[in-house]
Amino acid sequence: MRSLSEIDTISKRALRAKGFSWGTSEEMGKSIKQLELFGLPGLKNLNQYLKIYDQNKFQQIKHVSKNNISENKFHCPISSGIGFLDQIKSLEKMNSVEFNKIAYPILFLSFVSRASEVLGKKILLKMDEKEFILNFNQSIFGNYHKNEIWENANNIFINFLDNNNSFSETEWKEMTKFANETFVDESDELKEKSAGAGLTDND
Amino acid sequence: MKVQLRSPKEIMKLSRLGCFHQSKLSFLRSFLEEFKDWNYSRDLFELNREGYGRAVYSFSKNNRTYSLVCFANELKDDERSDRVIATKWDAAFVLHDGIPTTQDIERLSKNVPKQEVGRLSYKELTLSRANRSVRLFNEVVESLSNGRQPDKKVLSNVGYLYRTTAVYGSGKFGLADRFRVKNRSEIKGPFRLEMMLVYLVRQFTFDQINHIAKNKNPEKFVELDKEIAKGLGIGNSTGLGMAPFIVNHPTLLNNWVLARETILKKIREVEDVNKNQFNTFLNCLKKSITNVENWNTDSDFQKNKIVELLKDLKKTINYLDSVDINQKFLFNEIYKWAEKTVCDECLEYLVSIFMEPFDGIVNKFKDKMSSDEDKYFTIPTERKISELRDILEKNYFDILKLDFTQKENNHNFWFISKNKEEPRLGSRFEVSGSELEQPLAIARDIKKLYERVIVTKNSLSIAEFLIENDDLRHVVRRAFIIEKFPYSEILDNTIGEHLMPIDMLRLKLSFFGAIKFDPRSDKWLRICMFQGAPLPNQLHNFDDKWVYETLN
Repeated sequence: MRSLSEIDTISKRALRAKGFSWGTSEEMGKSIKQLELFGLPGLKNLNQYLKIYDQNKFQQIKHVSKNNISENKFHCPISSGIGFLDQIKSLEKMNSVEFNKIAYPILFLSFVSRASEVLGKKILLKMDEKEFILNFNQSIFGNYHKNEIWENANNIFINFLDNNNSFSETEWKEMTKFANETFVDESDELKEKSAGAGLTDND
Repeated sequence: MKVQLRSPKEIMKLSRLGCFHQSKLSFLRSFLEEFKDWNYSRDLFELNREGYGRAVYSFSKNNRTYSLVCFANELKDDERSDRVIATKWDAAFVLHDGIPTTQDIERLSKNVPKQEVGRLSYKELTLSRANRSVRLFNEVVESLSNGRQPDKKVLSNVGYLYRTTAVYGSGKFGLADRFRVKNRSEIKGPFRLEMMLVYLVRQFTFDQINHIAKNKNPEKFVELDKEIAKGLGIGNSTGLGMAPFIVNHPTLLNNWVLARETILKKIREVEDVNKNQFNTFLNCLKKSITNVENWNTDSDFQKNKIVELLKDLKKTINYLDSVDINQKFLFNEIYKWAEKTVCDECLEYLVSIFMEPFDGIVNKFKDKMSSDEDKYFTIPTERKISELRDILEKNYFDILKLDFTQKENNHNFWFISKNKEEPRLGSRFEVSGSELEQPLAIARDIKKLYERVIVTKNSLSIAEFLIENDDLRHVVRRAFIIEKFPYSEILDNTIGEHLMPIDMLRLKLSFFGAIKFDPRSDKWLRICMFQGAPLPNQLHNFDDKWVYETLN
């Protein structure tokens, strides 16, 4: 089995060999490492993308906007991903971002995951019929688990989710009630003898 | 009294970093401290009469075991090479996580001797190989088999029976990634597992040489005296492979140097130094001079440094004999005197020995020398160009003065050799391949970045800047790292004509705890590790100043 460190290094070097800058290659190395850690086929997809990179003219994107439409070519997942990551603070204000046509979208996914960490917010990413919840780059939850090359996605929708609890206030209160069972009732005697900092809160 | 940290502008120059020495902070010393109460055992020792075969050594505590698996192979004299391009070695080693099964050992026997072309698994942690010292090994076998202990003087000149030529870890060749083990409390400090491997290899070399000598002449044989064994370490030949590491791990480098600098600051701030503390320092210093006197090298570069060091150490001892040890902030006074009086090699030597009496200050930093580097990888692209410009001007002041249109400043380039996948350094005007240059010319690229930044609108965000300047993305990242980690960058030109790459190696090796740096050229050197260290059976109770004990 290849280690994640080897995967990072090989991805970085492969990208550099295709003419990407060192900085971008470093980003991709980290992203592929992360995808593989989450059990997604990052290296396989990058390999396929690099194989056809020279022949296919992909749409390079510089400024990511609310709607990113390409008429003919598929967007490059790397420039789209890095643009998205770099510009995430301004994109957040738009609440959602859409692309059409991204090649090898798994590669794009890794940057959205990292953007979730930068924002400190979960992100919902829909690519065609597949959906992913990106959790601060700590995990990727989705309905896509195949170890395959995923060539293209036609419709990509990104929604920045508010930091809401996944549970109701009632559920929280119920849990608090359970948790409080670990507390000791404080008698006057206990207050006097056991309060190390004294009897007032503000000393 | 508050003492300022020494400035990175002063410390992070290669000529200064190339003067660093081992100290209490060194990884091999902190490894011994950490593992002193673990159980050591030799679990397997199956060598033939000539000393070829396999062996397993382990450290264990509670439910954790680390096992060194050794494979000793027959090697013809003409096949033995220190160079990283070698493909065969006298012995090969791997540190296994847990107790290896018979199947594990079989699997490892097919891969470990092949080193870079073998494959390891997540169950293995570090990998290494070593060659016998041609100067010493057979001579010691000869002595022991004839019932004599070897000549201490000869042993002292070399310092080891075996010399490793590489120690790999952290995911190389399929080894376990660091993330799998990083939360284990016993390996919080950097390179603990590499140190463990080297330390156990040292014991293997003693066991093997005793075994060979015994089989050669069972009647007359004597075992290598334990005190003599203690005075032997493990050699290491190190080339350029180590140099890019410190450029590629900026936050880690920062944490190493910052720990050292903060400790120095705190020692200088000690108002009342007691007599015991001063005496501990002075004793270590005096004893250590024997190490310097026995520091052998053919390198004129190093010989000159040793001569200067010895001269200045004697000057320092004269000064210390007459210094008022009751004065306030004694170590600050000694430091200020040394700063004005002695060479950099001696100054940094003294900084290391300052730490000896101050366990209370030093020990807190031993576990703060690792780094979770991925945490600082993402560029804060919402920041503005004005901020980047300030960071560059503040932190790279001397670098920005370099003129890279001058041939001498742009002379070398770093590349990876195809056949060995190892870093190399070549002249861009003499050898081909500079189009495949590695991103290690940080000074040049920082200068290029600055030249673009100063003609860019201050209010532009970094995200917008990167759209048109993606080629400099790698150094934009570094600039934001140095802002938080002031000792993260070598503030020197790593591609200049007069670069001494061994300064980069020396920096790293000093943190390992190596001594007796012996440059074999400007690009590789030999060192010794664990010379004087307690043997595994002595670990439960040992003097932590063992490094100043020598064979003499």
